[in-house]
Amino acid sequence: MATDNTHTTIPLARRIRARAVRMVHHAKASHIGTCLSMTDLLAVFYHSVLRVEPRRPDWPARDRFVLSKGHGAAALYAVLAERGFFPHAWLDGYCDDGSLLAGHVSRHVPGVDFSTGSLGHGLSLGCGVALAAKRAGQEFRAFVQLSDGECDEGSTWEAVLFAPHHRLDNLVAVIDYNKIQSFGTVKEVLDLEPLADKWRAFGWAVRELDGHDHAQIHAALGAVPFQPGRPSVVIAHTVKGKGVSFMENQLAWHYQSPNDEQLAAALAELGEQA
Amino acid sequence: MRTAFINTLCELASQDPRIWLLSGDLGYSVLERFFARFPTRYVNVGVAEQNLTGVAAGVASCGHIVFTYSIANFPTIRCLEQIRNDVCYHELPVKIVAVGGGFAYGPQGYTHHGLEDLAVMRALPNMTVLAPGDPVETALATRALVNWPGPCYLRLGKARETVVHQNPPDFAIGRALRLREGRDVTLISTGATLAYTMETAGRLATQHRIEARVVSMPTLKPLDTAAVAAAAHETGGVVTVEEHSIIGGLGSAVAEVLAELAGAHGPFARFGSPDQIRERIGSQAYLRDQDGTLLDLVLVTLKGRAT
Ligand SMILES: Cc1ncc(C[n+]2csc(CCOP(=O)(O)OP(=O)(O)O)c2C)c(N)n1
Repeated sequence: MATDNTHTTIPLARRIRARAVRMVHHAKASHIGTCLSMTDLLAVFYHSVLRVEPRRPDWPARDRFVLSKGHGAAALYAVLAERGFFPHAWLDGYCDDGSLLAGHVSRHVPGVDFSTGSLGHGLSLGCGVALAAKRAGQEFRAFVQLSDGECDEGSTWEAVLFAPHHRLDNLVAVIDYNKIQSFGTVKEVLDLEPLADKWRAFGWAVRELDGHDHAQIHAALGAVPFQPGRPSVVIAHTVKGKGVSFMENQLAWHYQSPNDEQLAAALAELGEQA
Repeated sequence: MRTAFINTLCELASQDPRIWLLSGDLGYSVLERFFARFPTRYVNVGVAEQNLTGVAAGVASCGHIVFTYSIANFPTIRCLEQIRNDVCYHELPVKIVAVGGGFAYGPQGYTHHGLEDLAVMRALPNMTVLAPGDPVETALATRALVNWPGPCYLRLGKARETVVHQNPPDFAIGRALRLREGRDVTLISTGATLAYTMETAGRLATQHRIEARVVSMPTLKPLDTAAVAAAAHETGGVVTVEEHSIIGGLGSAVAEVLAELAGAHGPFARFGSPDQIRERIGSQAYLRDQDGTLLDLVLVTLKGRAT
């Protein structure tokens, strides 16, 4: 089962990467490294995990996905288009005058429930959704994609404390632990280690995995909640810029936008033509 | 503007050992030149603006002048109560710097639009509010606020703003700067809309034979009320210009002065962002002119008046 799905999600991830690279090139936008580091997670989420209906984005019983690291918008829009929430052509206007597709996730885009872009808001939103579902006796779940940088925010840790207290086992946090933030490595700026122990100590059920290994991602996200009565967190070890060799692990690619040659080189690595 | 800011700050820090700089995990390709020279007076606090501001207040309480640096709303609204209680209540010399005021991060979306910062900062007791209009004013403002007592907010544009002042102006905190003479109307601008305002004044003259006085208002608080009164009494109308909500910013501050002014004055209008969140995004100019240009607004405002 998991193996079958990887046959679909691996090519899906490749298409999302290529799309995101084209989008940031077109918009001369930042944050391509951000997008590439969580692409494999997004592919699995939208192909195999989330119960959503692209033709009915406001279906009340849908799972909610919060991209708390809202600067990864390009990759999210790309996967939403892949799932059929809106036409692929919209992606071509990313960040253009009059576009709905803002450089940080906007709720005005079909398939998006929550606007984000200021870090450290998403986990609280997820807690609220999960709490409302529990109180109403409903089945839908909340998934929150966090960055490591936003684990600096006090608000994140307020939500980390809240979720186990309220036994929100319908809440899943996934940390895109690429070890780089805006102005240095996590180790240099504000060390998070021992990260898994911190979440465990707060009462979460924790799993660590390779955030680019589709089989591992399918297995973990297919097994939530990891423990009944507890919220689940996946600490996904990732590489910022994954999939384009010259963007990998480079702080500069948090900011830089590829020029025409870099676009062609990136697409070639991703098996596409410019 | 951010380049003018950091270069000036480095120069000041080399003369004044009290100056510190704390970043909220931002400043790539900008702040390096500060921490390379003054590593013991620099910290990247992380993506943690509440902690950033509280730490800044603590450091400032020990006799230092502490600059906090981030973008858009993160050093202001994200940590508002730390500013109110820890900084303003204690009258500490914390100098808050935000890059990307107004629509400078236009395509990035509403989270990155600085549209309420001036209103919020202006409402805080003890807070001085500066929004320079070009790189020249930015350097002068940075210099001035080091020796200005207590909490300050410095709202900057981003990069590559047009230099409007060809000669250094007679800058002081609380003083309006007149850039163009004219009797038909006064355009008062705060922040990075200054170049746009000057350009509009030029077009008003050449295309519509309307001569506008242009006033740059780099200090929003304390406001130069005399300059506002003079504009109202000496010219045919007043139009405020800002990339900010029409609620609470320069437009409101000027309206407060006009409402209390003795004697009649001409029409008044506010150019700014309406009280709404837009679904669609775009470039800085696109968002600024969504409901019409400044030129349109001036013409409508002066309509029916002899000019
Ligand atoms: C509250 C807040 N402060 C600051 C920023 C500016 N900012 C954008 S991305 C970022 C950090 C990037 O690192 P990380 O969060 O780890 O995400 P990554 O791109 O590595 O996935 C910062 C500080 C922000 N968006 N929100």
